[in-house]
Amino acid sequence: MDKINITNQMNSKSQSNPQATLSNSKFFNLSAVEVIEKIKKREFTCREICEYYLNRMKELWDKNAILEIFDDALQQADNIDLMIANYYKNANPKTALSSLPKLCGLPIVIKDNILYKGKTCSCGSQFMKNYKAQYNATVIDKLLKEGVVILARANMDEFAMGGSCENSAFGACKNAFDDSRVSGGSSGGSAVAVACDMCAVALGSDTGGSIRQPSAFNGLVGIKPTYGRVSRYGLVAYVSSFDQISPIAKNVEDSALILSVIAGKDINDETSLSNNEITTSNIKNLISNKDEKNFIDNENSINIIKQAVKLSKKAVNLNGLKIGILKETQKLMQKTEYNDQYNRISQWLQNQGATLKEFSVPYFDLALPTYYTLASAEASSNLGRFDGVKYTTRSEKASNIPTASLDDVYLYSRSEGFGKEVQRRIMLGNFVLSSGYYDAYYMKALKIRRDLKNQFNEIFENCDVIIFPTAYGEAFKIGEKTTNPVEMYVEDMFTTMANILGIPAISIPCGLGKNNLPLGLQILAKANNEPVLYYLSNYMTKNYEQSKNSLATTLLNLNKTNQEKIQKEDSLC
Amino acid sequence: MLSSKYDVVIGLEIHAELNTKTKVFCSCKNTFGEEPNTNCCPVCVGLPGALPVLNKKAVENTIKAGLSVGCSINNLAVFERKNYFYPDLSKAYQISQLVRPICIGGNIKLDNGKTIRINRIHLEEDAGKLIHKTKTIGTLVDYNRGGIPLIELVTEPDFSNADEAVEFLDKLRRTYIYSGVANCKMEEGGMRCDVNISVKPHDSKELGIRTEMKNLNSFKMVKRAIEYESKRQIEELEKGNKIIQQTRKWDDNKGKSFALRSKENSHDYRYFPDPDLLTVEITQEDVEKIRSTLPELAQDRIKKYVEIYNLPLYDAKILTNEKFVSDYFEECLNLYNNPKQISNWIMTELLKVLKDKPNCENLNEIITKENLVSILELLDSKQITRPNSKILFENICFTSKNAKDVAKELGMLSSLSDEEIKDFVKQVINTNPDAILDFEKNPNKVIMFYTGKVMALTKGKANPITTQSFIKEILPNYLKK
Repeated sequence: MDKINITNQMNSKSQSNPQATLSNSKFFNLSAVEVIEKIKKREFTCREICEYYLNRMKELWDKNAILEIFDDALQQADNIDLMIANYYKNANPKTALSSLPKLCGLPIVIKDNILYKGKTCSCGSQFMKNYKAQYNATVIDKLLKEGVVILARANMDEFAMGGSCENSAFGACKNAFDDSRVSGGSSGGSAVAVACDMCAVALGSDTGGSIRQPSAFNGLVGIKPTYGRVSRYGLVAYVSSFDQISPIAKNVEDSALILSVIAGKDINDETSLSNNEITTSNIKNLISNKDEKNFIDNENSINIIKQAVKLSKKAVNLNGLKIGILKETQKLMQKTEYNDQYNRISQWLQNQGATLKEFSVPYFDLALPTYYTLASAEASSNLGRFDGVKYTTRSEKASNIPTASLDDVYLYSRSEGFGKEVQRRIMLGNFVLSSGYYDAYYMKALKIRRDLKNQFNEIFENCDVIIFPTAYGEAFKIGEKTTNPVEMYVEDMFTTMANILGIPAISIPCGLGKNNLPLGLQILAKANNEPVLYYLSNYMTKNYEQSKNSLATTLLNLNKTNQEKIQKEDSLC
Repeated sequence: MLSSKYDVVIGLEIHAELNTKTKVFCSCKNTFGEEPNTNCCPVCVGLPGALPVLNKKAVENTIKAGLSVGCSINNLAVFERKNYFYPDLSKAYQISQLVRPICIGGNIKLDNGKTIRINRIHLEEDAGKLIHKTKTIGTLVDYNRGGIPLIELVTEPDFSNADEAVEFLDKLRRTYIYSGVANCKMEEGGMRCDVNISVKPHDSKELGIRTEMKNLNSFKMVKRAIEYESKRQIEELEKGNKIIQQTRKWDDNKGKSFALRSKENSHDYRYFPDPDLLTVEITQEDVEKIRSTLPELAQDRIKKYVEIYNLPLYDAKILTNEKFVSDYFEECLNLYNNPKQISNWIMTELLKVLKDKPNCENLNEIITKENLVSILELLDSKQITRPNSKILFENICFTSKNAKDVAKELGMLSSLSDEEIKDFVKQVINTNPDAILDFEKNPNKVIMFYTGKVMALTKGKANPITTQSFIKEILPNYLKK
């Protein structure tokens, strides 16, 4: 497995622990909101913080979170600094702050399946290792317009197929807090980059949990928005009807900020949604203050996402919030050692004034097979274009055999180019769509999807959000589940539902497990109800001790303090 | 004859490229003949991450095409992916329609009274084009055509011979052109036809095994391919062989069809709804709005020309063969109410000129309708002679000159009064008295002789018909003498 060669950029000393030497820096562990503000106020330059992040990447290169640092990263930063200098020169310093772009100078990392013009986009695949993006994804255009600097592309499961990042052709990405454990996936590289402070925020994509599960495994906030909230134009498609691009962030506020920039109707994506569809009805019930209620009514729809976070900061309780819990997910958790921890969350929420209500979705466990049927079907079609004829690597074997037919070119190139898991899903997808089996599998999956939608719609009539875990527990060991693909699929038990239903779901840290690694809580709401997710998420990560303790930033600070202690002791010795 | 023992059963699948301004799922121009791979974008070359966005105009045109052949319009239409590998298909799937096409039903009546039922018309994207070069260069792909909107009309197996199929194609082509949805330029691949053929013994109720021939792009090819293939199948059956269900390639140069692939090797297209595209909702209002824009179609015009203008069916068909010719005919008719005369001139004079101008799509470019009508008026009012009218036509073709001015310039206009002509008649009889002697034996010859003399004397200004009538009137007086 060859990895993009960046030895010239790498620090000779490679250390794999997040408490790297740079933790004493003034840049250490800043949130996106802080970074933007400090750059805007010229407390430091964009170049300075970019250099810090790039050094973090090099120090922690063995995490295998980053596939490539873009060679023009610092050039981009200099352009931003120049722009800021010009703003200050020409404008009143006070107005300069507000007229600067929303994400002015924010360094970000993108998942390797999002197209950034002129840059390699390999989708974590050997097959695409030399593919250069021909155009910008809509999200990239939107972010660049608001002044971000794109530092690097992050490791991922090949074509986003996987839940551990072990399916990457460039090697597994390691968990931010335990090198022997998985980062989660498929957006594992993006999550570890954020958790290890190689950037303040990263883009991932979520098809069946690919943002939420790695976020959970690394103490981060990861949202899978309503299907269509973010344009898919320029995201290499895995499952067109489930894919969503979204931020992985250190805190809820950062997540809301980035989502508010990338959300919206895109003329290049028919399935994208207008921001006007975002609803605030749930959070209005939670707010007693009349002025704030009016404020929400008059607020520009997309700002509601950010405002939800602001409003929750002022909240002192969760009175009026109706939270649904599912019999089926509770039963699934009973077998695990994390059951009590999750039960305590429910207790705490009730203590905060929320009402808890139990519902039942008898076919909850059908979400998984339904997901894998529909996902494989679409994937088999979406990946057809990678055939060794156009841009993916053509098999040398096929080129060397003079009698090789066109079919041989396809066969050899695809067999050599795609990894095992990708091939497995393509074959599965072709099978469920083939004549004679279509009705039994694909059609049936569509029907189950419709039934599940109806059931959840009914439940959401009686509650604002539903909560259940993001995963069964903490990040598992690297190699632990690679021998049995089905065991790996089962990891997605809790996350695929939101994709099948097209509803928004967020994962937030909710405590540490027996290995002192973060656990994730998932909050789901009805389509277009992102504001209530952000409201509750922010409330919890600010007020629930367990959540606060399991945030990546907390863990990173803890590591730093521990290391300082060790260093002190060492020097005393 | 062998064939009398058998029935031939034929169904057609006809592809036509819509003439929308842009392609069906992106904003590239819908053009023909550009440099290879210059008219494409991430969407129509199927780059990773690119997404299709439906061109509403293409849906409207499909509905219009459907309405023009009596289809019903589905209120919900769904696009599906037809998956197969081929280098001209950039995404490895074609966006097409299977379960819910835009148009269903409909029919076209043949001249023999037979009705050919239409199963459906659906909208899809065209594929790119492979260009096979030398062995060292290999095969190249041009994606310019990829994503051009294509409508596919599928008929029921209602044809029993090649002539019916060709007549249907001809009528459909006219209909598409008249309704303005497609240009159907066969030579550019703008209309292509797949033929399904089977034969069965006359007394059998069950259909025979069918074969399919794809991409026949001229009426002649369709006719030859059907005739060859039905003959081949009958011969096979006569030999006691079975027909194998297969796709065959028609080689027009060799005049033969060849087996391409059998059913066992046929593609399983694994159709499923394209998740990138929304279901298209078509309201009754939309349909009625489009219906109200439907122009008079070729069939309606042929009927009108025969029944109201009393033109022969043959003429009516020729006039309506190209819509712009028929439009010109009607424009002239608006200015001058003599359908037969206009029709004759278009058919004999204008179409002759048009033959050498294959790119001309407006007869006004040859001669304005006003000028043509002027010539006809001069002719019908006997102000110019028929031979002069042709000369006049030739003189004003492709010019901006006025017909009447030119006629005057050339001294063609008859300015002689009846009395003056009578005087000339008397004059030529007096100067050539000997010719009268032949009158009893050969009256016509004598009349023509004197007519010629008058024409020569007046330099053609005398109307020959008037002159002749005066000769007939005056000559008997001389005979009595």
